[in-house]
Amino acid sequence: MKLVTAIIKPHKVDDVKDALKAAGLQGMTVDEVKGFGRQGGKTEIYRGAEYVVDLLPKVKIETVVPDEIADQVAEVIVAAARTGKIGDGKVWISSIDKIIRIRTGELGDEAV
Amino acid sequence: MIDSGDTAWMLISTGLVLFMTPGLAFFYGGMVRAKNMLGMLMQNFFAMGLMAILWVTIAFSLAFGNFGDGGFIGNLDFAWMRNINATTGSEAFALTIPFVLFCAYQMTFAVITPALITGATADRFKFKAYVIFIALWLVLVYAPVAHWVFGGGWLAKLGALDFAGGAVVHINAGAAALAVVLVLGKRKGWPREGMHPHNLPFTLLGTGILWFGWFGFNAGSALGANGIAATALMNTFLAASAGMIGWSLFERIKDGKPTTLGAASGAVAGLVAITPCAGFVGGMAPILIGLAAGVLCVFAIQLKFKFGYDDSLDVVGVHLVGGLVGALLLGFFADATINPLVKNEGLFVGGDAKLLWYQFVASAVTLVFSFVVSFIIAKAIDKTIGMRVTEEEENEGLDYSQHAETAYSFGSTGSMDRL
Repeated sequence: MKLVTAIIKPHKVDDVKDALKAAGLQGMTVDEVKGFGRQGGKTEIYRGAEYVVDLLPKVKIETVVPDEIADQVAEVIVAAARTGKIGDGKVWISSIDKIIRIRTGELGDEAV
Repeated sequence: MIDSGDTAWMLISTGLVLFMTPGLAFFYGGMVRAKNMLGMLMQNFFAMGLMAILWVTIAFSLAFGNFGDGGFIGNLDFAWMRNINATTGSEAFALTIPFVLFCAYQMTFAVITPALITGATADRFKFKAYVIFIALWLVLVYAPVAHWVFGGGWLAKLGALDFAGGAVVHINAGAAALAVVLVLGKRKGWPREGMHPHNLPFTLLGTGILWFGWFGFNAGSALGANGIAATALMNTFLAASAGMIGWSLFERIKDGKPTTLGAASGAVAGLVAITPCAGFVGGMAPILIGLAAGVLCVFAIQLKFKFGYDDSLDVVGVHLVGGLVGALLLGFFADATINPLVKNEGLFVGGDAKLLWYQFVASAVTLVFSFVVSFIIAKAIDKTIGMRVTEEEENEGLDYSQHAETAYSFGSTGSMDRL
């Protein structure tokens, strides 16, 4: 099993979710996160005082999938989340040792 | 002779002015960091409790006893609510409303004036020290200054004008704020760390409440339902509007974007500046006064970075400077055709600089007196019980360290068990 993790722009969440559903994915977990990459920060102004906000809001999507479809899932995410502008985010795939469905106790691909 | 129309308007005005204090609490509260929200709200709300009690027990008498004596302080004729009732007392003050209502109306001013200081001292004032400070300040600073100006004391006799409290309220509170922040010191991390507002919608809501309540503050200061009250109301509205436009325009040119905080601040600056002028000027004067306040205050709030004093939410920049702008511009725009109480018209109206000089004297004396006495009170408290919270308490925030509460608890995880 693989864990596919994506960090994307917040306004792309629905596009990615819909694309993953259309591709037949059964579930995903979403987090609101902050971070920085090459995009850098933005400047806010309060009574003339400028503040640099260098941790920008992003959304983290995680989903565990069978080995053979991990690359395809990553491609679906990349296609749906891309705007072509700096700050679109990243997708990575990592290996999972074990997965258990809490309700039934099923293991491995059965549990995904 | 008690007039029912005047009485009705002053009953409403009293409620309007009282409502400004919670408005101020949210105006300031939105600008502090989330961990200090309740600390800010509590300081303002507590003033509604403590100042009211102190007002009727002692401060009102010190401010309004010996009415019209041209002196420095009142007496104890009205202490402990003595002689304050609905049937007697109004004649000596030439009032057309019950005397007890006059006392209640002035009480709302005594509540909000010390509360204005909380904006400068945000995030680090120990609650116990704050309570002692405002109690002493009401008696030692507010009551005498109110006597000089509103109580027919020496500044009123001199010929200085102050319709609703440009000197008594705004210069007074602004100068005290500067003195207290010099004793308290800077917030930990200021100005290097970002301490931006945690909830600007609250700040805008507070601004709306202030603007609404200010009609009671200024139009109520006519002490009756009459033409001067109506003029004061119109002037108040226009100055707030012009202040907002002045500040926003300046920001748009300087920083590229007009901010909501700037619009709110400009409106408040305009309201502050029109306060001494409200029932004494007419025509386009309130627009010019508001515009001037909006633009000058946006400059004034930069001074703290230059001189390194942490006036956290710009009480000096908005209330002291805005109050000075209004008090001095009254020396140019006061108009006897608007209000017969204007004995010396402004420079632009009557061509005489006499009033401008009186306005300068009243402003300068109030500023210096308030600054000096406030500084002494603050120093004395600092030497005895300490003015400031500990570094640990400051990190934790005033909400928890001073009041054992949290302003916001969202989400259902980590719920609390009853001890």
